Amino acid sequence: MSNHSNRAVPHIVLNEGLIFEKSSPGKRAFDLPPLDVPEVDARKALGESYRREGVEGFPEVSEIEVLRHFTRLSTWNYAIDLGMYPLGSCTMKYNPRVNEYVARLAGIATEHPYQPQELSQGCLKVLQLLEKCLLEITGMDVVTLQPAAGAQGELTGLLLIRAYHQKHGNPRKRVLIPDSAHGTNPATAVIAGYEVQNIKSDAAGQIDMAHLREHVTSDVAALMLTNPSTLGIFEQQIPQIAEILHAQGALLYMDGANMNALTGVTRPGDLGVDVMHLNLHKTFSTPHGGGGPGAGPVAMKKNLEPFLPVPVLVEKEGGRLALDSHRKESIGKVKAFNGNFGVLVRALAYILAYGPGIRQATEDAVLNANYIRKGLEGTYDLPYTRPSMHEVVFSDAIQKKNGVNTMDIAKRLIDYGFHPYTTAFPLIVPGALMIEPTESESKEECDLFIDAMQAIAEEAKTNPELVKTAPHNTRIRRLDEVGAARKPVLRWKPAEKQSKAAD
Amino acid sequence: MRYLPKSPAEREEMLAAIGAKSVEELFSTIPEAYRLQEPLNLPPAMSEAEVIAYFQQRASENSVGYTSYLGAGVYNHLRSVVTDTILQRGEFLTSYTPYQAEISQGTLQAIFEFQTLMCQLTGQEVANASMYDGSTATTEAVLMAERLTNRRRVLVARSVHPEYRDVLKTYAKNSGLRVEEIGYTAAGTLDAKGIEASLKDDVCAVVVQSPNFFGAIETLAPLADAAHRSGALLVVAVTEAVSLGIVKPPSEADIVAMEGQSFGLAPSYGGPFVGVIASREKFVRQMPGRLAGQTTDLEGRRGFVLTLATREQHIRREKATSNICTNQALCALAATVHLTLLGKEGLRELAEQNLSKAQFALKELENIPGVRRTFSAPFFNEFTVELPRSAKMVNAALLKEKIVGPFVLGTAYPELTKHALVCVTETTPRSEIERFAAAVKHTLEQPL
Amino acid sequence: MAYPKEFRYTKEHEWISAKGDTATIGITDYAQHELGDVVFVELPAAGSKVTAGKTFGTVESVKAVSEIYAPVSGEVVEANTELHNKPETINSDPHGAGWLIKVKLANPVEVNSLMDAAAYEVYIAEKQKEASA
Repeated sequence: MSNHSNRAVPHIVLNEGLIFEKSSPGKRAFDLPPLDVPEVDARKALGESYRREGVEGFPEVSEIEVLRHFTRLSTWNYAIDLGMYPLGSCTMKYNPRVNEYVARLAGIATEHPYQPQELSQGCLKVLQLLEKCLLEITGMDVVTLQPAAGAQGELTGLLLIRAYHQKHGNPRKRVLIPDSAHGTNPATAVIAGYEVQNIKSDAAGQIDMAHLREHVTSDVAALMLTNPSTLGIFEQQIPQIAEILHAQGALLYMDGANMNALTGVTRPGDLGVDVMHLNLHKTFSTPHGGGGPGAGPVAMKKNLEPFLPVPVLVEKEGGRLALDSHRKESIGKVKAFNGNFGVLVRALAYILAYGPGIRQATEDAVLNANYIRKGLEGTYDLPYTRPSMHEVVFSDAIQKKNGVNTMDIAKRLIDYGFHPYTTAFPLIVPGALMIEPTESESKEECDLFIDAMQAIAEEAKTNPELVKTAPHNTRIRRLDEVGAARKPVLRWKPAEKQSKAAD
Repeated sequence: MRYLPKSPAEREEMLAAIGAKSVEELFSTIPEAYRLQEPLNLPPAMSEAEVIAYFQQRASENSVGYTSYLGAGVYNHLRSVVTDTILQRGEFLTSYTPYQAEISQGTLQAIFEFQTLMCQLTGQEVANASMYDGSTATTEAVLMAERLTNRRRVLVARSVHPEYRDVLKTYAKNSGLRVEEIGYTAAGTLDAKGIEASLKDDVCAVVVQSPNFFGAIETLAPLADAAHRSGALLVVAVTEAVSLGIVKPPSEADIVAMEGQSFGLAPSYGGPFVGVIASREKFVRQMPGRLAGQTTDLEGRRGFVLTLATREQHIRREKATSNICTNQALCALAATVHLTLLGKEGLRELAEQNLSKAQFALKELENIPGVRRTFSAPFFNEFTVELPRSAKMVNAALLKEKIVGPFVLGTAYPELTKHALVCVTETTPRSEIERFAAAVKHTLEQPL
Repeated sequence: MAYPKEFRYTKEHEWISAKGDTATIGITDYAQHELGDVVFVELPAAGSKVTAGKTFGTVESVKAVSEIYAPVSGEVVEANTELHNKPETINSDPHGAGWLIKVKLANPVEVNSLMDAAAYEVYIAEKQKEASA
């Protein structure tokens, strides 16, 4: 591996500037069909709301420049289509292309949420079938497809819990959250109007049952549990945890981010979970797209049904489907219109492709994670030794002795052609390396990953500087995040306006 | 299964390496009573062709072949095929959130360009990398105003999209925020004098939409002045972003919450869309969502990173500005590509076409006896008309002509039962507009 | 870096330098080292009250936010607004130019119950041992 940059003429593909920097007045990339109605005097029509000129600073480029610009930009990205993302709890699996195809069909992509329901039976049937499949997978009674993302699903779940308790006379004050939880959990609890009480994990990385028992009072609305935990370990005591909560009238919320370890093998509803969310962009293959969109359906037991967000899918006489917004006890709307329908279509396409065989995906995911664990045990410190499910968490304790930490190892992994694993999370493992291969990786890919991690561990011993200054083979070296935060530059401005605020 | 890259032999090899006799052993930590013994009861596995056939069937049961006059927050606009060509590139479609900046520069630079375009459009100083949609962006804007002013009351115009107001109420219920609605004038807009009485020193924000739900364009300066005099912020929601091609940007606003669906995103039965929050630089630390910032690498090259992350949930946890994790990156990319294709002139021309088409439609409708425009304020591509009979009934008749009629206002606005919101964009040919007007005329001539 | 003998210290790694009934407060070298490069500081306005043991602001690095706890109770007389332009001063000179606020003490004797430099040095030595264990 070379560790000096090549300063000879960088190829134009590597050097693409901002689209604004290619702009020149008079260039066009798009033509509209000619206007077939009389042209209106805009100034007269709009009065003082009239915008005198086009948007200042807006790019003026040609079609080929647009295409090249974004194509070049795309080549700077890593992607699942290129290789593995061993990111823990992200479930970066293959995004099937047929999902993209069906989501774009005329009659699927083109429908307006306010069109008459008799003209939308196709869309509503898609929603109904997806609901049925998700209920079968989760073992729950009712599901809403409204929330736009996992975090929004969490909020919806907590609002449902609050409404439930309110109905029983007392909304209660606190939500219990394990210290290994994802940051969205406490952030969401606060937005839902609850105080957060952290619950410790025990030495095995499971919920500390004594600590839990101590804190489950009649003041507690719910426990937000991730299962398997962010350590990749199955919470064996879930049925008992559910009992403890239910005895005090509290509810069990499950963060379903790690469903990829459970689908087809066990069902949260059977385990005693009252309400949970799913991340369709994780377990159900909808594409991450660089950071969204996603979808976060919430599945629940029957006792929470009255509080469902609107609209609710209902079946009327003759099998006609409709969206019902008249629900007296509903928590209300969490998002305009009908949820991220385009994402829901993709998730359904994924489930239909697998059918009952979806269990095989779960088995392969768990197989891959355990294979990697076996390949790296001994080389990397394993703080929690209980069996792993679909992900495994190591720590940098061994490499730290040479001053190499998890971030450095992650950056060096990039030089070997992989995207880094999740660094520094969960918080209960200092210097964590959180690895989730998913079922989409072949044995060959897993072996390449293990080899790379072994090589880096060796480098950490013999040449730590190489690791600490990685990556070396990327188009761009390590970026100055400190400078970006101290003096944020969040938009392009034309040269002469650098010092003035834009208007 | 075609998505799984393993042969049975490889599975055996891997089990052997792990030291497990079967894959069931790997699930031994799940209590036996809870391990499923039967496969899930899901529809049988489908080949690619069968998956496509399923959705083609569903597509045929929807509205293909109809002309629509619906807007009301979701708009039909021309989309270039170039946008999907870019979106479908695996490096954009299947990439992750750009936390590892060195291998996500494509996404990060595109976000930086998106943020810039949103600032240019809205006349604001800083914009984030997008929110779920316009409705949640508006809600987050109000929560932002609440944090900035430390006040608990918000005044929301009734002419803001009904679903946006509903979403705000859902969030407000649990945060102690008091939402009060303020009415509109005969012109269809908000009157600064009308809100003055309600503007006490406990109001964090005045929320208005422009063009508003009735299609009317608000005059923002007096509203901003009134709000600021009492120490409140002005939040402006924009549902039809194309309007900014020809309508003055809401630069008087303190926070703009915009829906970007009109820029390259198909209606898709309601989502996924792309919300934007744009505001003043001095408020940036209270802004929710992701932000891409410019910086340099070890060798001085320009690059981009996610920045000011300490506002966000993964660091602040319970003290975060919001619980939002995802942004709508791919949708924001669609908007970015779409806007660079349109460019300065293209957006202008697009907006002018929308304006002209809507004005033409209004003239055609006003030629029908008994039909008149309800409000007098200027409008962009949506306007409200009053019909001599129930708008619902007129629409039922139009449906038989394969016309999806305008949005009936009566459900959300009980005082407007005979009124409908007509939307016409560049996608509706003149002949269709004339056919629409003729069909309305014909329906109104029928006995009740 | 040596810990000034005339300062007093808290378990949350703040230092306080008192003269009569006014005092200057900042975070220690240990704290700035743990935090990493400081990118942003949030400080209370002059005139606001601080209460012993309660937070009065935050210090941010790229990846973390640290609450700052008031070692004593009092009223803020001045906040170090220079830090808005140069937050890195907290890293380079945490005991001097990187001061955070100046307060008028509600109860000057409160300072005496805090650790002196020697006790603080023992305290952080123990913390460092724990961390590398």
